[in-house]
Amino acid sequence: MRALTAPVLGAIGFVLLWQVAVWLRVADPILLPPPAEAFSETWRGFASGTLAHDTWRTVQRTGLAFLIATAIGVPLGVALGAQEKLYRGVEFIVDFFRSTPASALFPLFLILFGPGEGTKIAVAAFGAALVILFNAAYGVINARRTRVLAARIMGASGPRILVDVLIWEALPQILVGMRSGISLALVIVVVAEMFIGSTDGLGHRVINAQMLFESGLMYGVIFVAGALGYLLNLAFLLIEKRFVHWSGR
Amino acid sequence: MSLTPRETAITIRGLRKAFGGQPVYSGFDLDVRRGDILAIFGPNGCGKSTLINMAAGLLPKDGGDILYDGREVSEIRVGYVFQNYREALFPWRRAADNIRYPMRRMGLAPAQVESRLQSLAERFRVRFDLNRYPYELSGGQQQLVSIMRALAVEPEVLFLDEPFSALDFETTLSLRDLLQRVLKDLGVTTILVSHDLEESIVLADRLLMLTRRPTTVADDVPITLPWPRQAESLAAPDFMALKARCLDVFQRAVAA
Ligand SMILES: Nc1ncnc2c1ncn2[C@@H]1O[C@H](COP(=O)(O)OP(=O)(O)OP(=O)(O)O)[C@@H](O)[C@H]1O
Ligand SMILES: [Mg+2]
Repeated sequence: MRALTAPVLGAIGFVLLWQVAVWLRVADPILLPPPAEAFSETWRGFASGTLAHDTWRTVQRTGLAFLIATAIGVPLGVALGAQEKLYRGVEFIVDFFRSTPASALFPLFLILFGPGEGTKIAVAAFGAALVILFNAAYGVINARRTRVLAARIMGASGPRILVDVLIWEALPQILVGMRSGISLALVIVVVAEMFIGSTDGLGHRVINAQMLFESGLMYGVIFVAGALGYLLNLAFLLIEKRFVHWSGR
Repeated sequence: MSLTPRETAITIRGLRKAFGGQPVYSGFDLDVRRGDILAIFGPNGCGKSTLINMAAGLLPKDGGDILYDGREVSEIRVGYVFQNYREALFPWRRAADNIRYPMRRMGLAPAQVESRLQSLAERFRVRFDLNRYPYELSGGQQQLVSIMRALAVEPEVLFLDEPFSALDFETTLSLRDLLQRVLKDLGVTTILVSHDLEESIVLADRLLMLTRRPTTVADDVPITLPWPRQAESLAAPDFMALKARCLDVFQRAVAA
């Protein structure tokens, strides 16, 4: 319980500050509605509007992109990490595209996948896959040499060492990659929902609310998107703790 | 030392190894008697780890032969205990599963794996729970698990690279005691690298003192003190005399 006190106080403080800013008329009420209005608009968005559906669509797209990214990034990263020379060869390409803003790739992917669902998911999956691949490869490359030698002396073959040692050694780093990957996928999906022919999703809803001057709802959608990112991150932290119980000990 | 071929477990002839053009070994010979515990003692960086890593097949040699009764290391079973148990055990497996691992790799039947695990635990008088993860055990317990894991395959040769150097003195004493008992019981040929002269003398049948690079044998000392060697042995006159001799050799070898 005590662990919750500080964050709850912080949140209350933030809302108070917001209310004070409204009282002081720091900004036009159209741009900055009082928190109570934002909450009631958001509530209505869920109760009678499409906000629940929009949230669900964004979660679906992010999840699908993340699954594709994981299915490609983890095996490829582990395989490349196990062949360090090969990884050094493609490292530049991975780093380059990892550093390229995903939004710059939208036009290219639009040509490849058309203006539908495909592009949104493909760009998000591409960005997340590179992050996951990079982390998985580094996890394998940085595996403790002693453990590999120990396995070898106990009669483990090359593939056995990969399965029994390298993947486990890389697991903490793989999970870090997956956590960054899902956050990135969410970012890309929300941006894609704003600009690539969408009829639903949090990105679509937030830009729609802005254009219709529904600023209460706009803040609500921003809040939902933030909560989503936060919860995904938290879920991964819990998974890391549970599955990598030996980490750091 | 002259040994008949039958008595010899390890034969090293003309061993050569260099790192970046700097020779560590240039024509090194050694015979190790079956069942002996050979301690290797020498200054830092003289190539002790390099020697046992080549012998264990973990490091390629530049030339020469290391044969086990005529066979290459790949044809025999070896055990290896690393100095850093934290980095050698698998922390994602329970202690017991760490010990089972090499037996499974060997293809032993599950029942046999369990009975060997049981008998190892009895031999080493294990009183802690082997179903814990390594990080839940003390340093001494972890190194004990490493030793059990190395002995689980009933190796023909056991290598230990400074196995006690990360442990406190009390733990080292009790682990040393257990180890000498079990090794003498099983009669495993053992090469122990140590940087502790006293420990080398207490645990070994024979002490090999190495010089700085390029490495040669400074002295080859048979240790004939009776087994088992308890804490009291450390104060016995024979022991003191041996230690004095070895210290003298070491100082001259390092100064040279
Ligand atoms: N992979 C390597 N590349 C280059 N030089 C190496 C390598 N491994 C060992 N050496 C060098 O070879 C020499 C012998 O190393 P080794 O680790 O065998 O020494 P050691 O006797 O075990 O020393 P210590 O008491 O510090 O453990 C050292 O001078 C070391 O710097
Ligand atoms: Mg060493």
